[in-house]
Amino acid sequence: MAVEMLAYIDRKSPIHQLTGVSKLICFIVWSSAAMLTYDTRILAFLFIFSIVIFIVSKIKVSEVSFVLIFILVFLFINNLAIYLFSPQEGVKIYGSSHVLIEIAGRYDVTIEQIFYQCNVTLKYFAVIPVALLFIVTTHPSEFAASLNKIGVSYRISYAVALALRYIPDVQRDFRTIALSQQARGIDMSKKEKLPIRIKNAASIIFPLILSSLDKIETISNAMELRGFGKGNKRTWYSARPFQTGDYVTLVVFGIIFVTAMVVTFHDGNRFYNPFES
Amino acid sequence: MLKRNQLSIRTIVAIGIGAAVFIILAKFAAIPSPVPNTSIQTSYAFLALMAVVFGPIAGGLIGLIGHALNDAISYGSVWWSWVVVSMIVGLLIGLASKKIDIESGIFNTKKIITFNVVQVIAQGIGWFLIAPALDILIYAEPANKVFLQGLFAGVSNMVTVGVIGTLLLAGYAKTRSRSNSLTREL
Amino acid sequence: MKKRVIEFNNYSFKYHSQAAPTLHDINITVFEGEKVLIVGPSGSGKSTIGHCINGLVPFSYKGEATGSLKIMGKDAHSIDIFSRSKIVGTVLQDPDGQFIGLTVGEDIAFTLENDCTEQGVMKNLVEETAKMVEMDEYLSSSIHHLSGGQKQRVSLAGVMVDKVEIILFDEPLANLDPATGQYAIELIDQIHKETNTTVVIIEHRLEDVLHRHVDRIIVVDDGLIVADMCPDKLLSSEILESSHIREPLYVRAAKYAGCDVIEEMMPSQLHSFSIETCKDKLLDWFEKANDAVPKEIKLPVLQLKDISFRYAPAHETIKGISLSVEKGEMVSIVGKNGAGKSTLSKIICGFEKPRSGSILFKAQDITGDTIKERSLRIGMVMQNPNHMISKHLVFDEVVLGLIIRGVPENEAKKKVEKVLKICGLYPFRNWPISALSFGQKKRVTIASILVLEPEVIILDEPTAGQDLRHYTEMMDFLAELNRQGMTIILITHDMHLMLEYTTRAIVMDKGRIIADDPPSVILTDSEITRQANLKETSLLFLAKRVGIKEPKEFVEHFIAYDREVRRQWQ
Repeated sequence: MAVEMLAYIDRKSPIHQLTGVSKLICFIVWSSAAMLTYDTRILAFLFIFSIVIFIVSKIKVSEVSFVLIFILVFLFINNLAIYLFSPQEGVKIYGSSHVLIEIAGRYDVTIEQIFYQCNVTLKYFAVIPVALLFIVTTHPSEFAASLNKIGVSYRISYAVALALRYIPDVQRDFRTIALSQQARGIDMSKKEKLPIRIKNAASIIFPLILSSLDKIETISNAMELRGFGKGNKRTWYSARPFQTGDYVTLVVFGIIFVTAMVVTFHDGNRFYNPFES
Repeated sequence: MLKRNQLSIRTIVAIGIGAAVFIILAKFAAIPSPVPNTSIQTSYAFLALMAVVFGPIAGGLIGLIGHALNDAISYGSVWWSWVVVSMIVGLLIGLASKKIDIESGIFNTKKIITFNVVQVIAQGIGWFLIAPALDILIYAEPANKVFLQGLFAGVSNMVTVGVIGTLLLAGYAKTRSRSNSLTREL
Repeated sequence: MKKRVIEFNNYSFKYHSQAAPTLHDINITVFEGEKVLIVGPSGSGKSTIGHCINGLVPFSYKGEATGSLKIMGKDAHSIDIFSRSKIVGTVLQDPDGQFIGLTVGEDIAFTLENDCTEQGVMKNLVEETAKMVEMDEYLSSSIHHLSGGQKQRVSLAGVMVDKVEIILFDEPLANLDPATGQYAIELIDQIHKETNTTVVIIEHRLEDVLHRHVDRIIVVDDGLIVADMCPDKLLSSEILESSHIREPLYVRAAKYAGCDVIEEMMPSQLHSFSIETCKDKLLDWFEKANDAVPKEIKLPVLQLKDISFRYAPAHETIKGISLSVEKGEMVSIVGKNGAGKSTLSKIICGFEKPRSGSILFKAQDITGDTIKERSLRIGMVMQNPNHMISKHLVFDEVVLGLIIRGVPENEAKKKVEKVLKICGLYPFRNWPISALSFGQKKRVTIASILVLEPEVIILDEPTAGQDLRHYTEMMDFLAELNRQGMTIILITHDMHLMLEYTTRAIVMDKGRIIADDPPSVILTDSEITRQANLKETSLLFLAKRVGIKEPKEFVEHFIAYDREVRRQWQ
């Protein structure tokens, strides 16, 4: 479980310069493209292009390495699981079988399977740099404004802003509660037996819930007293105006998306099959 | 008044704070379980409580925002197939909020059964059907793998929500009960 | 004739959730440009008056109202909460709840955003308003990097940005250290003068608010208006005493000395207070005094040796602290917000591991002990009781720690009953905790720690948010525990608490101990008080003005005398 959290990293770069709205749209377009396609050429292109963007952003790999390590471990286990459960998935998809190493019956390693699993991995890799960048280069203040701009109701956008605003407060409350309960001997770590652990967890969560309900009350009062929700629209202090760079970026991403979809689906199959002759 | 059909401020705040609590519980209050590399997610018990207290829209949005933000800030990418499941689970459990009517302060056996039937159905739909279906659709992962994953996640979450969720709801109901019959005992 | 901006006429109000009305037939009129203070003990209905003015009653809190309430000459019920927010701006007690934006600029702009103000106009207005509260340098700072006082200034700017007619402050001093509180009062005064806005302050720390002039004080007790008069007249009456509101200490001292405080003496501010006529009485009262308590030396129970700690690599939170607490002592730890007081207490309880140094309990090294082992010797009571309570019934909550430690049921029951009796909670043992008052809840948390029989107990702000009556009850209860041999460490902002109840005060600043002396010495040392954001007690100035050569002894005498008097009216 990653205890560290990703947060906005302040830097001067063309990526930081883009408005939150552009970044949000690009993130959505990019994720959709990578989710829809299974064409190896497209995925490879997306991956390489996203690495270029990452370099442009001046974010250092070391700043996000704790997340990368987690993802690599996850992908490794995921690949292992796929192989264990369905070692011939690739053969099924690509309709041919080139055995590379013979192990035992269905566990024979085929080129198709390796290719298929490379594609699965690539699919994740193609999204990770862009998703990471979206998170570390978008100032949280701008995030809600951006959601609102792309059509999400301002009320729900503000709920997201509130979540971002109060995560540290809730974390502090949780820590205080967990420590004071621990001091009375209530523990939910491995030292206790499972049924006791579960009961103890409830003793720690319950005070957190009650204090959060109090918070909800205070904050709704404060927002109501300051006129939240009176109109159908609201403006945003931290929204930023569009600049040339934003338009250019959106056009480029649009072209990439359309091209990716055309290349992927023109033959009626989202998989690119190098084994077909 | 035009605001009748819109979310009330209280619900909006509940969504925001609820999502923040969901994230903190997912990150820090997972109970180590006997199965290696897995943990019991207390955050879903909390999600169930919020869905019952604040209704389906709040439940769905707490699941959606909480899970998506948690993925984003913890792992740097969002696993939409599972985020959607959290949203649907919150939404479906929330549909029972009127029937359970927790604000009445009564949470008797009948309501406990209603709650658990609803949560099992909601999570069944989410983890056994939607999660694997989306994983196959988006990632073309092997069917037997994703169904087993869904089965495991679903069962462990059903048990967690069944035990901790019921405990939390019972505790919450008690705080709502009228206390005007109190006398000092010497 | 000035314009009436707020008018309560034979107004009564009952919350739907409560059996009895909270306000009975009240009449209040506030005129344009006035500065009015509303005081009253907890549960008196003073917050409800605030809610009626800003519209939370009846729009958020439902209930039945009779009589009339007019705001700006219009029937209040005809002004919905949004229009109301254009007239009345409210600064709430809890800055973390009021501060909704992620950054200072966003938070100040919140109201403007809701009005769909165009961004360029908004930015200018925000900057202008931020300048008025001296926060324009911090517009892009995140809330998490601000001090309590700064957060409050932002909250104030957030309501001022709307050019409201009335600003309502709901307990503005509750979360501030003494010096920051004083600054807040100066700021409110300055804003009032510059903008000629009507100001209504709800607060029970009377002396602190009177640091600057107010036009009128309204005293609320039990839902009734018991006084509505200018400060000088109120202070020369007996009303405050009978409503259990703490008078300014210098006025109290003059009354104890037998002076007849009258309106013409202008007692509302110390520098204007003419004490010529009662100088002799004060001198006389002081000379009669002889209350030195001999100090006996006991064994140290808790020793810290060269403790250092940091949360982040660059910034040392605790810098090489050494101290020793003797058995049976009652010690206070004071200092400004962020000085390291709470961190130090967490280190003592084992919640945080020090980077270097050692902790000794009765000469035995306990630095490596776990939280659970530590808790057998040292108990910690958190500031917010809601952070500790996890059971529904009082008895269940207090017995929880014993059950977990495997104490047999019979024995546990006996122990709990004994502790509940000490804490005055025995009659409530089968009550749901949610039915108790804040002070009672706090006592439940103390009981749940006491039952584990620690030898040292640490309390974080034990009296925060409590009025004089509950404060006295709570502190007398702790003093009684102390007499029975319990060692008590208090973390507090309350100067009077430290003076009145503790024999020794440890003053922290920037992670260091800058003083360790009897409270009366510390509060008469202007250098230390300035450095630690404390406030010199007004008694000191009084003593100086009267010409007493040993002001420290005068302060001590007052404390001893006051404690005796208050014990009698319990």
